[in-house]
Amino acid sequence: MKSLLNFLIKYHVFFLFLVLEMFSITLIVKYNNYHRVSFLNSSNVISATILDKFQSVVDYFQLKRINESISEENARLRAGLQAMLLDRMGETIQEENEDTYMVVSAKVIHNSVNKQYNYLTLNKGLAHGIEPDMGVICADGIVGVVLDVSENYSTVLSVLNGRWAINTKLKETNHFGPLKWDGNDPGYAYLEEIPYHVRIHVKDKVVTSGYSSIFPEGINIGEVEELVHNSGDTFQTIKIRLSVDFRALFYVQVIAKTDKDERIELEKLSGNE
Amino acid sequence: MNKSIFWYIGLFVTSVLVQVLFMDQIQFCGLVNPFFYVLFILLLPINIPRYLLLILGFLIGITIDIFASTPGIHASASVFMAFLRPFLINAGNIDDQERMVTPTVMNMGIGWFVRYALILIFFHHLFLFFIEMFTFSGFINTLLRSTLSGLFTFVLVFLSQFIIYRK
Repeated sequence: MKSLLNFLIKYHVFFLFLVLEMFSITLIVKYNNYHRVSFLNSSNVISATILDKFQSVVDYFQLKRINESISEENARLRAGLQAMLLDRMGETIQEENEDTYMVVSAKVIHNSVNKQYNYLTLNKGLAHGIEPDMGVICADGIVGVVLDVSENYSTVLSVLNGRWAINTKLKETNHFGPLKWDGNDPGYAYLEEIPYHVRIHVKDKVVTSGYSSIFPEGINIGEVEELVHNSGDTFQTIKIRLSVDFRALFYVQVIAKTDKDERIELEKLSGNE
Repeated sequence: MNKSIFWYIGLFVTSVLVQVLFMDQIQFCGLVNPFFYVLFILLLPINIPRYLLLILGFLIGITIDIFASTPGIHASASVFMAFLRPFLINAGNIDDQERMVTPTVMNMGIGWFVRYALILIFFHHLFLFFIEMFTFSGFINTLLRSTLSGLFTFVLVFLSQFIIYRK
Protein backbone atom coordinates (compact mmCIF):
# COMPACT_ATOMS: atom_id res chain seq x y z
CA MET A 1 0.00 0.00 0.00
CA LYS A 2 2.80 2.34 0.93
CA SER A 3 4.74 1.61 -2.21
CA LEU A 4 1.62 2.21 -4.25
CA LEU A 5 1.22 5.59 -2.62
CA ASN A 6 4.87 6.37 -3.25
CA PHE A 7 4.43 5.37 -6.84
CA LEU A 8 1.41 7.67 -7.20
CA ILE A 9 3.24 10.56 -5.56
CA LYS A 10 6.32 10.07 -7.67
CA TYR A 11 4.37 10.12 -10.90
CA HIS A 12 1.61 12.50 -9.80
CA VAL A 13 2.16 14.77 -12.80
CA PHE A 14 1.67 11.95 -15.24
CA PHE A 15 -1.46 10.74 -13.47
CA LEU A 16 -2.89 14.24 -13.35
CA PHE A 17 -2.20 14.47 -17.07
CA LEU A 18 -4.05 11.20 -17.69
CA VAL A 19 -7.01 12.23 -15.54
CA LEU A 20 -7.39 15.61 -17.27
CA GLU A 21 -7.05 14.05 -20.72
CA MET A 22 -9.60 11.37 -19.93
CA PHE A 23 -12.00 13.96 -18.59
CA SER A 24 -11.62 16.07 -21.76
CA ILE A 25 -12.09 13.12 -24.07
CA THR A 26 -15.16 12.01 -22.14
CA LEU A 27 -16.56 15.49 -22.71
CA ILE A 28 -15.89 15.23 -26.44
CA VAL A 29 -17.49 11.82 -26.74
CA LYS A 30 -20.44 12.77 -24.57
CA TYR A 31 -21.06 15.86 -26.64
CA ASN A 32 -21.03 13.71 -29.75
CA ASN A 33 -23.78 11.47 -28.50
CA TYR A 34 -26.03 13.52 -26.34
CA HIS A 35 -24.96 17.07 -27.14
CA ARG A 36 -26.50 18.30 -23.91
CA VAL A 37 -23.66 19.32 -21.61
CA SER A 38 -25.69 22.42 -21.28
CA PHE A 39 -23.47 24.68 -19.16
CA LEU A 40 -20.44 23.98 -21.32
CA ASN A 41 -21.53 25.71 -24.47
CA SER A 42 -21.81 29.20 -25.81
CA SER A 43 -25.42 29.77 -24.71
CA ASN A 44 -24.42 30.09 -21.06
CA VAL A 45 -24.83 33.48 -19.49
CA ILE A 46 -21.22 34.65 -19.20
CA SER A 47 -19.88 33.71 -22.58
CA ALA A 48 -23.08 34.68 -24.41
CA THR A 49 -23.14 38.09 -22.77
CA ILE A 50 -19.54 38.79 -23.78
CA LEU A 51 -20.20 37.65 -27.33
CA ASP A 52 -23.38 39.72 -27.48
CA LYS A 53 -21.67 42.92 -26.32
CA PHE A 54 -18.84 42.47 -28.77
CA GLN A 55 -21.20 41.73 -31.64
CA SER A 56 -23.15 44.91 -30.99
CA VAL A 57 -19.92 46.86 -31.59
CA VAL A 58 -19.11 44.93 -34.75
CA ASP A 59 -22.63 45.55 -36.00
CA TYR A 60 -21.95 49.22 -36.52
CA PHE A 61 -19.43 48.39 -39.17
CA GLN A 62 -21.79 46.01 -40.90
CA LEU A 63 -24.85 48.25 -40.89
CA LYS A 64 -24.69 49.00 -44.58
CA ARG A 65 -24.56 45.36 -45.56
CA ILE A 66 -27.33 44.43 -43.12
CA ASN A 67 -29.54 47.20 -44.46
CA GLU A 68 -29.00 46.07 -48.00
CA SER A 69 -29.89 42.48 -47.24
CA ILE A 70 -33.00 43.53 -45.34
CA SER A 71 -34.26 45.80 -48.07
CA GLU A 72 -33.58 43.08 -50.60
CA GLU A 73 -35.60 40.61 -48.60
CA ASN A 74 -38.32 43.19 -48.18
CA ALA A 75 -38.60 43.63 -51.90
CA ARG A 76 -38.77 39.90 -52.44
CA LEU A 77 -41.44 39.46 -49.78
CA ARG A 78 -43.49 42.25 -51.26
CA ALA A 79 -43.35 40.63 -54.67
CA GLY A 80 -44.36 37.31 -53.13
CA LEU A 81 -47.26 38.89 -51.29
CA GLN A 82 -48.59 40.41 -54.49
CA ALA A 83 -48.51 37.07 -56.22
CA MET A 84 -50.14 35.35 -53.30
CA LEU A 85 -52.95 37.85 -53.10
CA LEU A 86 -53.69 37.33 -56.79
CA ASP A 87 -53.68 33.58 -56.24
CA ARG A 88 -56.02 33.71 -53.31
CA MET A 89 -58.60 35.83 -55.14
CA GLY A 90 -59.95 32.78 -56.91
CA GLU A 91 -59.90 30.50 -53.94
CA THR A 92 -62.80 30.18 -51.61
CA ILE A 93 -61.60 27.81 -48.97
CA GLN A 94 -58.08 27.65 -47.66
CA GLU A 95 -56.39 24.30 -47.82
CA GLU A 96 -56.86 22.42 -44.60
CA ASN A 97 -53.59 20.55 -44.56
CA GLU A 98 -51.31 23.52 -44.70
CA ASP A 99 -48.93 23.62 -41.76
CA THR A 100 -48.66 26.65 -39.55
CA TYR A 101 -45.35 27.96 -38.32
CA MET A 102 -44.30 30.41 -35.68
CA VAL A 103 -41.35 32.64 -36.54
CA VAL A 104 -38.95 34.40 -34.15
CA SER A 105 -36.34 36.75 -35.54
CA ALA A 106 -32.93 36.60 -33.83
CA LYS A 107 -29.48 38.08 -34.17
CA VAL A 108 -26.37 35.97 -34.67
CA ILE A 109 -23.87 36.90 -31.94
CA HIS A 110 -21.29 34.24 -32.63
CA ASN A 111 -20.59 32.14 -35.67
CA SER A 112 -17.76 30.07 -37.07
CA VAL A 113 -17.08 28.42 -40.40
CA ASN A 114 -13.53 27.22 -39.93
CA LYS A 115 -14.04 24.24 -37.64
CA GLN A 116 -15.13 20.72 -38.37
CA TYR A 117 -18.20 21.20 -36.20
CA ASN A 118 -19.52 24.72 -36.39
CA TYR A 119 -22.08 26.29 -34.10
CA LEU A 120 -23.87 29.63 -33.98
CA THR A 121 -25.05 31.54 -30.95
CA LEU A 122 -28.27 33.57 -31.13
CA ASN A 123 -29.44 36.35 -28.84
CA LYS A 124 -32.87 34.81 -28.20
CA GLY A 125 -33.72 31.96 -25.88
CA LEU A 126 -36.40 30.29 -23.78
CA ALA A 127 -37.85 33.66 -22.82
CA HIS A 128 -38.65 34.30 -26.48
CA GLY A 129 -40.22 30.91 -27.08
CA ILE A 130 -37.21 29.16 -28.55
CA GLU A 131 -36.80 25.48 -27.79
CA PRO A 132 -34.32 22.79 -28.85
CA ASP A 133 -34.94 21.19 -32.26
CA MET A 134 -36.45 24.25 -33.85
CA GLY A 135 -35.27 25.12 -37.36
CA VAL A 136 -33.19 28.20 -38.14
CA ILE A 137 -33.39 29.87 -41.54
CA CYS A 138 -32.45 33.17 -43.12
CA ALA A 139 -33.58 34.97 -46.25
CA ASP A 140 -31.29 32.89 -48.47
CA GLY A 141 -32.01 29.45 -47.09
CA ILE A 142 -31.57 27.16 -44.15
CA VAL A 143 -28.98 27.83 -41.48
CA GLY A 144 -29.27 25.09 -38.86
CA VAL A 145 -31.15 23.60 -35.93
CA VAL A 146 -31.41 24.86 -32.34
CA LEU A 147 -29.39 22.64 -30.05
CA ASP A 148 -29.38 24.17 -26.58
CA VAL A 149 -31.33 27.03 -25.08
CA SER A 150 -30.73 29.15 -22.03
CA GLU A 151 -33.01 31.87 -20.74
CA ASN A 152 -31.90 34.51 -23.25
CA TYR A 153 -29.55 32.78 -25.67
CA SER A 154 -29.42 29.69 -27.81
CA THR A 155 -26.81 27.55 -29.52
CA VAL A 156 -27.49 26.42 -33.07
CA LEU A 157 -26.04 23.47 -34.94
CA SER A 158 -24.91 24.99 -38.23
CA VAL A 159 -25.38 23.30 -41.61
CA LEU A 160 -21.57 23.38 -41.64
CA ASN A 161 -21.36 20.65 -39.05
CA GLY A 162 -20.53 17.04 -39.82
CA ARG A 163 -22.68 15.82 -36.92
CA TRP A 164 -25.93 15.92 -38.83
CA ALA A 165 -27.41 15.66 -42.30
CA ILE A 166 -30.35 17.64 -43.62
CA ASN A 167 -33.13 15.84 -45.36
CA THR A 168 -33.30 17.45 -48.79
CA LYS A 169 -34.73 16.85 -52.21
CA LEU A 170 -34.13 17.93 -55.76
CA LYS A 171 -36.79 20.43 -56.67
CA GLU A 172 -37.14 19.18 -60.25
CA THR A 173 -37.44 15.45 -59.71
CA ASN A 174 -38.46 15.20 -56.04
CA HIS A 175 -35.77 12.64 -55.31
CA PHE A 176 -34.61 12.99 -51.74
CA GLY A 177 -31.40 12.29 -49.88
CA PRO A 178 -29.25 13.56 -46.99
CA LEU A 179 -27.11 16.66 -47.44
CA LYS A 180 -23.82 16.59 -45.53
CA TRP A 181 -20.96 19.01 -45.13
CA ASP A 182 -17.53 17.48 -45.60
CA GLY A 183 -15.66 19.90 -43.35
CA ASN A 184 -13.67 21.73 -46.00
CA ASP A 185 -15.21 24.63 -47.90
CA PRO A 186 -18.00 26.59 -46.15
CA GLY A 187 -19.56 27.30 -49.57
CA TYR A 188 -20.31 23.70 -50.55
CA ALA A 189 -21.95 20.55 -49.20
CA TYR A 190 -22.70 17.13 -50.66
CA LEU A 191 -26.02 15.47 -51.43
CA GLU A 192 -25.82 11.70 -51.26
CA GLU A 193 -27.95 8.67 -52.00
CA ILE A 194 -29.42 9.87 -55.27
CA PRO A 195 -29.66 6.87 -57.62
CA TYR A 196 -27.84 6.97 -60.94
CA HIS A 197 -30.94 6.90 -63.11
CA VAL A 198 -32.03 10.32 -61.90
CA ARG A 199 -31.14 12.98 -64.43
CA ILE A 200 -29.57 15.94 -62.75
CA HIS A 201 -28.42 19.13 -64.34
CA VAL A 202 -26.01 21.69 -63.05
CA LYS A 203 -27.90 24.61 -61.46
CA ASP A 204 -30.86 22.42 -60.41
CA LYS A 205 -32.32 23.69 -57.16
CA VAL A 206 -32.09 21.72 -53.92
CA VAL A 207 -34.69 22.37 -51.22
CA THR A 208 -35.77 20.89 -47.88
CA SER A 209 -37.87 17.77 -48.27
CA GLY A 210 -40.44 18.49 -45.58
CA TYR A 211 -40.17 14.93 -44.29
CA SER A 212 -38.64 16.12 -41.07
CA SER A 213 -40.73 18.02 -38.60
CA ILE A 214 -38.11 20.75 -38.26
CA PHE A 215 -38.23 22.53 -41.60
CA PRO A 216 -41.19 23.19 -43.85
CA GLU A 217 -41.01 21.82 -47.37
CA GLY A 218 -39.34 23.78 -50.11
CA ILE A 219 -36.92 26.03 -48.25
CA ASN A 220 -33.97 26.89 -50.42
CA ILE A 221 -30.66 25.17 -49.70
CA GLY A 222 -28.56 25.59 -52.79
CA GLU A 223 -28.03 24.47 -56.33
CA VAL A 224 -26.16 21.68 -58.05
CA GLU A 225 -22.58 22.63 -58.79
CA GLU A 226 -21.03 19.40 -59.95
CA LEU A 227 -21.80 15.69 -60.23
CA VAL A 228 -19.22 13.44 -58.63
CA HIS A 229 -19.02 9.94 -60.07
CA ASN A 230 -17.20 7.48 -57.86
CA SER A 231 -16.82 4.19 -59.65
CA GLY A 232 -18.28 1.36 -57.63
CA ASP A 233 -20.82 3.43 -55.76
CA THR A 234 -24.46 2.55 -56.14
CA PHE A 235 -25.50 6.14 -55.62
CA GLN A 236 -24.18 9.36 -56.98
CA THR A 237 -22.81 12.19 -54.91
CA ILE A 238 -23.72 15.70 -55.90
CA LYS A 239 -21.75 18.78 -54.96
CA ILE A 240 -24.11 21.54 -53.89
CA ARG A 241 -23.31 25.23 -53.75
CA LEU A 242 -25.01 26.48 -50.57
CA SER A 243 -27.20 29.52 -51.08
CA VAL A 244 -26.47 30.92 -47.61
CA ASP A 245 -23.17 32.70 -47.15
CA PHE A 246 -22.24 31.49 -43.67
CA ARG A 247 -19.44 34.01 -43.44
CA ALA A 248 -21.93 36.86 -43.52
CA LEU A 249 -24.87 35.91 -41.31
CA PHE A 250 -26.46 38.69 -39.28
CA TYR A 251 -30.13 38.04 -38.71
CA VAL A 252 -31.88 34.70 -38.80
CA GLN A 253 -35.39 33.43 -38.18
CA VAL A 254 -36.16 30.58 -35.83
CA ILE A 255 -39.18 28.64 -37.03
CA ALA A 256 -41.27 25.97 -35.39
CA LYS A 257 -44.24 24.05 -36.60
CA THR A 258 -47.06 24.63 -34.16
CA ASP A 259 -48.31 21.06 -34.30
CA LYS A 260 -44.83 19.58 -34.17
CA ASP A 261 -45.18 17.73 -30.89
CA GLU A 262 -48.09 15.77 -32.19
CA ARG A 263 -46.13 14.71 -35.24
CA ILE A 264 -43.06 13.67 -33.26
CA GLU A 265 -45.28 11.71 -30.93
CA LEU A 266 -46.84 9.90 -33.85
CA GLU A 267 -43.50 9.20 -35.49
CA LYS A 268 -42.22 7.76 -32.22
CA LEU A 269 -45.20 5.41 -32.08
CA SER A 270 -44.43 3.98 -35.49
CA GLY A 271 -40.74 3.73 -34.70
CA ASN A 272 -39.85 6.15 -37.43
CA GLU A 273 -36.87 8.40 -37.04
CA MET B 1 12.01 38.35 -13.05
CA ASN B 2 8.68 36.75 -12.35
CA LYS B 3 5.47 38.52 -13.20
CA SER B 4 2.81 38.95 -10.52
CA ILE B 5 -0.23 36.72 -10.40
CA PHE B 6 -2.40 39.60 -11.54
CA TRP B 7 -0.34 39.97 -14.66
CA TYR B 8 -1.05 36.32 -15.43
CA ILE B 9 -4.76 36.70 -14.77
CA GLY B 10 -4.72 39.61 -17.19
CA LEU B 11 -2.85 37.51 -19.74
CA PHE B 12 -5.40 34.71 -19.34
CA VAL B 13 -8.36 37.01 -19.96
CA THR B 14 -6.67 38.80 -22.84
CA SER B 15 -5.65 35.64 -24.66
CA VAL B 16 -9.14 34.16 -24.29
CA LEU B 17 -10.81 37.33 -25.56
CA VAL B 18 -8.41 37.77 -28.47
CA GLN B 19 -8.96 34.15 -29.45
CA VAL B 20 -12.75 34.18 -29.20
CA LEU B 21 -13.45 37.62 -30.59
CA PHE B 22 -10.82 37.94 -33.32
CA MET B 23 -8.94 34.75 -34.10
CA ASP B 24 -12.06 32.62 -34.50
CA GLN B 25 -13.14 34.93 -37.32
CA ILE B 26 -9.97 34.35 -39.32
CA GLN B 27 -9.91 31.86 -42.11
CA PHE B 28 -7.86 31.49 -45.27
CA CYS B 29 -8.76 28.80 -47.79
CA GLY B 30 -10.37 26.63 -45.10
CA LEU B 31 -6.92 25.69 -43.87
CA VAL B 32 -5.52 28.31 -41.57
CA ASN B 33 -7.15 28.72 -38.18
CA PRO B 34 -4.86 30.24 -35.56
CA PHE B 35 -5.12 29.37 -31.86
CA PHE B 36 -3.50 32.34 -30.25
CA TYR B 37 -4.49 31.46 -26.67
CA VAL B 38 -1.55 29.03 -26.42
CA LEU B 39 0.46 32.17 -25.66
CA PHE B 40 -0.77 31.86 -22.08
CA ILE B 41 0.69 28.38 -21.65
CA LEU B 42 3.94 29.41 -23.34
CA LEU B 43 4.49 32.40 -21.07
CA LEU B 44 3.83 30.77 -17.68
CA PRO B 45 6.94 31.01 -15.49
CA ILE B 46 9.60 28.40 -16.05
CA ASN B 47 9.69 27.29 -12.43
CA ILE B 48 5.92 26.73 -12.17
CA PRO B 49 5.05 23.37 -10.56
CA ARG B 50 4.13 20.85 -13.22
CA TYR B 51 0.75 19.98 -11.71
CA LEU B 52 -0.22 23.67 -11.70
CA LEU B 53 0.88 23.96 -15.32
CA LEU B 54 -1.43 21.08 -16.27
CA ILE B 55 -4.36 22.53 -14.34
CA LEU B 56 -3.91 25.99 -15.87
CA GLY B 57 -3.61 24.42 -19.32
CA PHE B 58 -6.86 22.61 -18.73
CA LEU B 59 -8.55 25.78 -17.49
CA ILE B 60 -7.70 27.90 -20.51
CA GLY B 61 -8.61 25.06 -22.86
CA ILE B 62 -12.03 24.52 -21.32
CA THR B 63 -12.68 28.28 -21.34
CA ILE B 64 -12.05 28.42 -25.08
CA ASP B 65 -14.24 25.32 -25.47
CA ILE B 66 -17.12 27.00 -23.70
CA PHE B 67 -17.02 29.92 -26.12
CA ALA B 68 -16.73 27.69 -29.16
CA SER B 69 -19.27 25.05 -28.00
CA THR B 70 -16.70 22.30 -28.43
CA PRO B 71 -16.37 20.80 -24.92
CA GLY B 72 -13.15 18.90 -24.41
CA ILE B 73 -11.40 19.57 -27.71
CA HIS B 74 -9.29 22.57 -26.74
CA ALA B 75 -9.01 21.33 -23.16
CA SER B 76 -7.40 18.05 -24.19
CA ALA B 77 -5.01 19.75 -26.62
CA SER B 78 -3.92 22.36 -24.05
CA VAL B 79 -3.36 19.74 -21.36
CA PHE B 80 -1.24 17.81 -23.83
CA MET B 81 0.78 20.93 -24.58
CA ALA B 82 1.19 21.74 -20.88
CA PHE B 83 2.39 18.18 -20.32
CA LEU B 84 5.04 18.50 -23.04
CA ARG B 85 6.29 21.93 -21.98
CA PRO B 86 8.69 20.91 -19.16
CA PHE B 87 10.42 18.41 -21.46
CA LEU B 88 11.22 21.15 -23.94
CA ILE B 89 12.38 23.52 -21.26
CA ASN B 90 14.67 20.89 -19.74
CA ALA B 91 16.01 19.86 -23.13
CA GLY B 92 17.77 23.18 -23.57
CA ASN B 93 20.44 23.77 -20.91
CA ILE B 94 19.34 26.64 -18.73
CA ASP B 95 20.90 27.66 -15.47
CA ASP B 96 19.15 28.24 -12.17
CA GLN B 97 19.00 31.96 -12.62
CA GLU B 98 17.09 31.63 -15.85
CA ARG B 99 14.63 29.31 -14.17
CA MET B 100 13.12 32.26 -12.36
CA VAL B 101 12.02 34.12 -15.46
CA THR B 102 9.07 34.19 -17.81
CA PRO B 103 10.06 32.43 -21.03
CA THR B 104 9.78 35.31 -23.48
CA VAL B 105 11.80 36.25 -26.54
CA MET B 106 13.55 39.01 -24.61
CA ASN B 107 14.48 36.86 -21.65
CA MET B 108 15.54 33.72 -23.45
CA GLY B 109 16.78 34.91 -26.82
CA ILE B 110 15.23 34.51 -30.25
CA GLY B 111 16.76 31.12 -31.09
CA TRP B 112 15.62 29.48 -27.87
CA PHE B 113 12.12 30.92 -28.07
CA VAL B 114 11.59 30.00 -31.72
CA ARG B 115 12.47 26.39 -31.08
CA TYR B 116 10.49 26.22 -27.84
CA ALA B 117 7.34 27.87 -29.17
CA LEU B 118 7.36 26.32 -32.62
CA ILE B 119 7.59 22.73 -31.37
CA LEU B 120 4.97 23.20 -28.65
CA ILE B 121 2.56 25.00 -30.98
CA PHE B 122 2.99 22.34 -33.64
CA PHE B 123 2.18 19.50 -31.22
CA HIS B 124 -0.74 21.43 -29.78
CA HIS B 125 -2.26 22.04 -33.20
CA LEU B 126 -1.61 18.51 -34.39
CA PHE B 127 -3.32 17.09 -31.33
CA LEU B 128 -6.18 19.57 -31.64
CA PHE B 129 -6.93 18.95 -35.31
CA PHE B 130 -6.79 15.20 -34.93
CA ILE B 131 -8.97 15.14 -31.84
CA GLU B 132 -11.41 17.42 -33.67
CA MET B 133 -11.59 15.05 -36.64
CA PHE B 134 -11.56 12.02 -34.30
CA THR B 135 -10.19 9.92 -37.16
CA PHE B 136 -6.96 9.42 -39.05
CA SER B 137 -8.66 9.45 -42.42
CA GLY B 138 -7.68 12.50 -44.40
CA PHE B 139 -4.35 12.37 -42.62
CA ILE B 140 -2.46 14.57 -45.07
CA ASN B 141 -5.14 17.23 -45.08
CA THR B 142 -5.23 17.39 -41.29
CA LEU B 143 -1.44 17.47 -41.13
CA LEU B 144 -1.39 20.33 -43.62
CA ARG B 145 -4.02 22.23 -41.69
CA SER B 146 -2.20 21.88 -38.39
CA THR B 147 1.15 22.86 -39.89
CA LEU B 148 -0.15 25.97 -41.63
CA SER B 149 -2.28 27.06 -38.68
CA GLY B 150 0.63 26.34 -36.35
CA LEU B 151 2.95 28.57 -38.35
CA PHE B 152 0.39 31.34 -38.35
CA THR B 153 -0.17 31.01 -34.61
CA PHE B 154 3.57 31.11 -34.09
CA VAL B 155 3.92 34.36 -36.05
CA LEU B 156 1.15 35.92 -33.95
CA VAL B 157 2.65 34.70 -30.68
CA PHE B 158 6.07 35.96 -31.70
CA LEU B 159 4.80 39.39 -32.70
CA SER B 160 2.61 39.70 -29.61
CA GLN B 161 5.73 39.62 -27.42
CA PHE B 162 6.80 42.93 -28.84
CA ILE B 163 3.42 44.42 -28.03
CA ILE B 164 3.32 43.09 -24.47
CA TYR B 165 6.87 44.29 -23.68
CA ARG B 166 7.02 47.53 -25.54
CA LYS B 167 9.30 49.14 -23.00
